[in-house]
Amino acid sequence: MSDPILRLSGVHTDIAQYHILQGVDLDVPRGGVTMLLGRNGVGKTTTLRTIIGHWQARSGTIHFDGADITAMPTASRARAGIGFVPEDMGIFTDLTVEENMVLAAISGPLDRKRLDWIFTAFPPLRTFWKSEAGNLSGGQKQMLSIARAMAEERKLYLIDEPTKGLAPAIISTMARALRDLKAQGASILLVEQNFAVAKALGDTAAVMEDGRITWTGAMAELAADTALQDRLIGLSMEAS
Amino acid sequence: MSAAPDHRPTFAAVSLSDRIGKAMPYLLIPLLVVVGFFAIGSSSSWLTLTVSGLAMGMMIFIMASGLTLVFGLMDVINFGHGAFISVGAFVGITVLLALSGWTGVPSLALNVAAVILAALAAMLATGVLGWAFERVIVRPVYGAHLKQILVTVGGLIVIEQLIHVFWGPDEIFLTRPETLKGAFTFWGAAIEKFRLLAVVFGLALFAAMLLVLKRTRIGLIVRAGVQNGEMVQALGYRLKLVFIGVFIAGSALAGLGGVMWGLYQEVITAGMGAEMMILVFIVVIIGGLGSVEGAFIGALMVGLLQNYIAFLEPKLALISNIGLMTAILMWRPQGMLPVVKAK
Repeated sequence: MSDPILRLSGVHTDIAQYHILQGVDLDVPRGGVTMLLGRNGVGKTTTLRTIIGHWQARSGTIHFDGADITAMPTASRARAGIGFVPEDMGIFTDLTVEENMVLAAISGPLDRKRLDWIFTAFPPLRTFWKSEAGNLSGGQKQMLSIARAMAEERKLYLIDEPTKGLAPAIISTMARALRDLKAQGASILLVEQNFAVAKALGDTAAVMEDGRITWTGAMAELAADTALQDRLIGLSMEAS
Repeated sequence: MSAAPDHRPTFAAVSLSDRIGKAMPYLLIPLLVVVGFFAIGSSSSWLTLTVSGLAMGMMIFIMASGLTLVFGLMDVINFGHGAFISVGAFVGITVLLALSGWTGVPSLALNVAAVILAALAAMLATGVLGWAFERVIVRPVYGAHLKQILVTVGGLIVIEQLIHVFWGPDEIFLTRPETLKGAFTFWGAAIEKFRLLAVVFGLALFAAMLLVLKRTRIGLIVRAGVQNGEMVQALGYRLKLVFIGVFIAGSALAGLGGVMWGLYQEVITAGMGAEMMILVFIVVIIGGLGSVEGAFIGALMVGLLQNYIAFLEPKLALISNIGLMTAILMWRPQGMLPVVKAK
């Protein structure tokens, strides 16, 4: 098995006086989708934010693509090849869709071919290209948020609950786009509460409880075992 | 790659009142000018006061624009901004006095060259001072508003005292360059040449700032950073470097504003920056923290209102701007054009 693209070893993160991550050990393999699952408040979002550098790990190490990035500033992590889609989408609402995308292409002008691919995945972005992003609907903003991460090829995508609060039609759009991204060989670490989406996209899964990874394995294994789902994440009731 | 998904894109509904509300701040200036016209009655007095108000507003805008961006980008409340205004004025006026051979002759070219050199010297000095101020005073107190207020006020006092050390304790009187002295008559109104120059220069600077903010990548990063600095960093931009650049540029603009204000008042004091900060803060607050366009509209409103009220009811002139701020904040508590910041 090849080296993982991302390895967290014994990562502890505090937010103010709260000890949120309590020794996270996680390997994200190269290529494919790794689902990060768990009940609300177990530290999934904090894990992603610690990886991108919004929260600084108090102890432990984070290795990305073979390099220790634990002490790196956020911008350097992004430039090293990590794309981040936050839970709140992080859209610049006063900027146009075009400006949001231009900003996301850090190494130069937007690549036309890649942009066409993004437009195919998310047609509303073409329609509202010159419009203020703040005027987009919730689903369209989520499309823009993911499209922004896709504006340039990244080695790893961290995506936090991309289907949260979206209508079923938009969820299938998202799932299709992420499947496309996966088909291109991208590595994705995806936090997702919608188990149907998780089941459809995930190759491997890691389950968090109380700030630690308590189970890792194949997504198919978790999807097939409702008792395991219920025990680990209480998902079987939500599963579809 | 997948086929296009099947759903019809639509905009989230924006009501008519929302659209009008968004444009309303831009309409306030012409509205104020029209109200001023009817309140003043005499067209020549109105024109004189309007040009004077616009000139004052432009100079306040130049001083305020950097401060609003600094606050918007890094959430830093810099009370020391006034020091850059004073230092800019002293450096610029010192250069002008040294170039008295150029300013004392009725040559537009020599006069303008002297003013440009003075402005450049002031901007250079305050830009360097701003860089040092950020490193030594502001950087250790990121994220701590109370400490920011305390240390930047301390910085302001120290710099004011240093001005006394270098230039002495007395105010310095000056006269404008020959071709910028006096006024000309237009439509029966006396228009001071320097005020007209200040209006034209302020407009050009505002246009240049908008051009940079809207048409360049660095402008895009600044605008995005004001909204959501964390996300800008997650895209790969080192926001602290951008912030230092904006801090330096904002300090330099304050220095430029100081030179212009010195030429406008024809007297400079070490405390002039601190005095101006009251107006500058009013402008930044009513414009909406972090908004350059808001600061522009706010500055023009402050300038116009102060001139109109001083003519109509001199006793009310001192409180007119506080009244304006109160009214604007009751209407829009976040200011006229607030930047939607990420939570």
